[in-house]
Amino acid sequence: MTTDDAVATEQAPPPAPKKDEPGDSFLSHFVHNLWAANTFTVTVLSILLALLIGAVLIVVSDSAVLDTFGYFTARPSDALTASWNAVSTAYADLFKGAVFDPETVRTGTWREALAPISETLTYAAPLVFTGLSVAVAFRGGLFNIGGQGQAVIGTIAAAVAGFSFGLPIVLNLLVALIVGLAGGALWGFIPGILKARTGAHEVITTIMLNYTAGLFLTWLILQKGVQDPGRTDAISKAVAESAQLPSLGGALRVNLGIVLAVLVTAAVAWMLNRSAFGFELRAVGANPAAARTAGISVGRTYTLLMVVAGGLAGLGGATQVLGTAYSLTPAVAGNIGFDGLLVALLGRNRPWGTLLAAVLFGALRAGGNRMQSFSGISLELVTVLQALIVIFIAAPALVKTIFHLRAARSARLGASMAKGW
Amino acid sequence: MANDHIDLTVEPGEVHALLGENGAGKSTLMNQLYGLLQPDSGEIVVDGTPRTFRSPRDAIAAGIGMVHQHFMLVPVFTVAENIALGAEETRGGPLGWLDRRRSRRDVLETSQRYGLPVDPDALVENLPVGAQQRVEIVKALTRDVDLLILDEPTAVLTPQETEDLLAVMRGLAESGKSVVFITHKLKEVRAIADRITVIRRGRTVGTATPDTAEDELAALMVGRAVSLEVQKTPAEPGRPVLKLSGLIVEDDRGVRAVDGVDLVVHAGEVLGVAGVQGNGQTELVEAVLGLRPPRAGTIQVDNEDLVGMSTKRILRSGVGYVPEDRSTDGVVKEFTVAENLVLDMYDRAPYGNAFRLDARAIATSAAERIKQFDVRTPSADAAVGTLSGGNQQKVVVAREMSRPLRLFIAAQPTRGVDVGSVEFIHSRIVHERDVGTAVLVVSSELDEIIGLADRIAVMYRGRILAIVSPDTPREEIGLLMAGITDGSAAPEPGTPGAAEKGTT
Repeated sequence: MTTDDAVATEQAPPPAPKKDEPGDSFLSHFVHNLWAANTFTVTVLSILLALLIGAVLIVVSDSAVLDTFGYFTARPSDALTASWNAVSTAYADLFKGAVFDPETVRTGTWREALAPISETLTYAAPLVFTGLSVAVAFRGGLFNIGGQGQAVIGTIAAAVAGFSFGLPIVLNLLVALIVGLAGGALWGFIPGILKARTGAHEVITTIMLNYTAGLFLTWLILQKGVQDPGRTDAISKAVAESAQLPSLGGALRVNLGIVLAVLVTAAVAWMLNRSAFGFELRAVGANPAAARTAGISVGRTYTLLMVVAGGLAGLGGATQVLGTAYSLTPAVAGNIGFDGLLVALLGRNRPWGTLLAAVLFGALRAGGNRMQSFSGISLELVTVLQALIVIFIAAPALVKTIFHLRAARSARLGASMAKGW
Repeated sequence: MANDHIDLTVEPGEVHALLGENGAGKSTLMNQLYGLLQPDSGEIVVDGTPRTFRSPRDAIAAGIGMVHQHFMLVPVFTVAENIALGAEETRGGPLGWLDRRRSRRDVLETSQRYGLPVDPDALVENLPVGAQQRVEIVKALTRDVDLLILDEPTAVLTPQETEDLLAVMRGLAESGKSVVFITHKLKEVRAIADRITVIRRGRTVGTATPDTAEDELAALMVGRAVSLEVQKTPAEPGRPVLKLSGLIVEDDRGVRAVDGVDLVVHAGEVLGVAGVQGNGQTELVEAVLGLRPPRAGTIQVDNEDLVGMSTKRILRSGVGYVPEDRSTDGVVKEFTVAENLVLDMYDRAPYGNAFRLDARAIATSAAERIKQFDVRTPSADAAVGTLSGGNQQKVVVAREMSRPLRLFIAAQPTRGVDVGSVEFIHSRIVHERDVGTAVLVVSSELDEIIGLADRIAVMYRGRILAIVSPDTPREEIGLLMAGITDGSAAPEPGTPGAAEKGTT
């Protein structure tokens, strides 16, 4: 009997630890996965690491702080305090410029309190479109480096439509947006059809079309009928007020563009997952041979996909010129096309992820402006931060090693990322 | 869990067969032995000392070599370069230049010692599959291994190449090396193995000797009695459905792969195309599906001309197609089972239209077909890439058989598929025939063709050499597959009037 009991008690324990292990409740799952190498954790840690390296750069770039390191062994507290002060004010300004400045609660109006968010969203809106452009193309197996060129053509088309047609109020904006979209779509169609018909690699053709678009813009601005008659420098006429994206006014530059961006994100998400075309493009992106065998026309899908991607980037350009810039200048599209690549990467080529990534980039940009004027830290630091974040995201293995993350339960995302980027 | 407390002992100088269905955990086990995966518990003992392998390098150092199912060779390198890769001989210190001459000599020496003819200067990409495999084996042997693991080595070989490989394995064992031979092919196991370990669902379910009967081994492997014979009644051929005449198709290099084929497949019969891989079968089938435009000739299904039609229209007109290369052409691995089940019908009612998909209809039909075709998957939303080969193939078969068909074409329908699934897929093909569909089966496995077909067309160098009945002796068909008709030598490609005995 006793031996039987002993056996029984010995056999009982093994199942017990299983119960202590994370069960199936949402919370325990969450906790378990938090320290696993899932995409979310890697993304957050990448941002943290980037900020950390950014802090070092802030210290190194400030000569006053560096001087205190000269006598570090004598009085280390000086160096540490100075470093801490430099870094903390810089990042505090970054936050205040991007999200919220507590000062404004006591002193300012609600408009001032909302200003940072407004700036963030203003910068984010065009990036959402260009990010989606890259993400959609990538899901279909194409690497659209041409977001910049497509966005430039989008700004040109939207601006020209905006100051030439003189249509009534709502219609004018609508037409300008559609023309901008069509311009970008055309610029996407060219590499698409070349890829489908001749197999020309889209990376090469889109890069070339970027140059073409940029140079076309600089030429066009100086032409009669486009250039602002009252100016001698390279700036075009402003788009009619009826074609501008309505904003909240005053210090709040945020405009309808961000609303449009959210709607388009939803539309793209629907297209990818629920539409016949989305199915085709995902099938072609994942396995063109199988798609072809199943009767899907790969060439047609590539062409259409580039038209859609170009249209999205064109819409991004249109938002830029109709929402904030109003006139064409050689740098009107800024870097939104190339930033779109980074945004898509950070957003893991998912529509909503891309939206969030664009907002983060917008926030860095908005905060960077304030950091530059208040803490005297160059706006370039923001570019460096963006680059660092992307480097860490692109090399998840690095982040995993640094933080000793467990392998994620589902390594699927990681695999799909490694494949393409 | 892919492996659950497996014990395995391999003696020196023996060929030890590891038998199990796809997904049983054979490859997982061997990857642990080769240092690619780390076991959660248990130990590996080599020559009496326990070892841990963190990488293949450790395993090689301990005298274990492995030839993977998918070759790990650099196509643009020569044989000697590939073999030297990872253990390059250099002169003048670690940063010195490559000692190519010595690598070449090593290759020749090893290849002669074990009777594995390889040309050290040939580019790997130009070699046939069988020769590439020999390169892999020579590569392992130059590392001085005592235990050689061969993971499904015969899956890609012709019957003749398989014979050669078995002889090589025998020779290796005689020279004192141990060979672990992973497979699910019973005939080969019985022909070569000294001992057999059967694995099912990650557990050792038994050991056997080579004189165990085939169906007994199969039962051990699958866990139930299986019939290795295809059960079918005599065919009742009806109207001619597929008619090919004077078909000429070129392969990717512009060489005539199909060289004037005339063929008729009737409703309610299975026409088997036998032949060694690479004799134009692939191109023939691709031409019918509109994936490869024919150079000349006509392709008709029920008097409707298919030449020039898009693949989509051909599939929609009632042609079902199981492609020979499942993982490239059959499924999209990243897609879910449900998505793969509608891969060629996603924009047709009831699954959707040209604009949108009906997720609910897709899910409902997926659940139905998973049940009907016995697809073993955790759920309809699991990525197909996570399924075993047999189950992936069932997904393809289920997809292609769930619409009304006039013609069903299956190329290598059971390649890389486990015994249990083979039986199932064969029975579905016969069932398709019985409901009056014309069936064309292409296979390089003669057993499969003989079992399934009502008529056998033997293809050699792009031509149909003969159409014979399945009762024809195997030897005769085997000779035809080698291009030998009536004892005459193989006809040269392009020779007009090559023997087309019995072509209807």
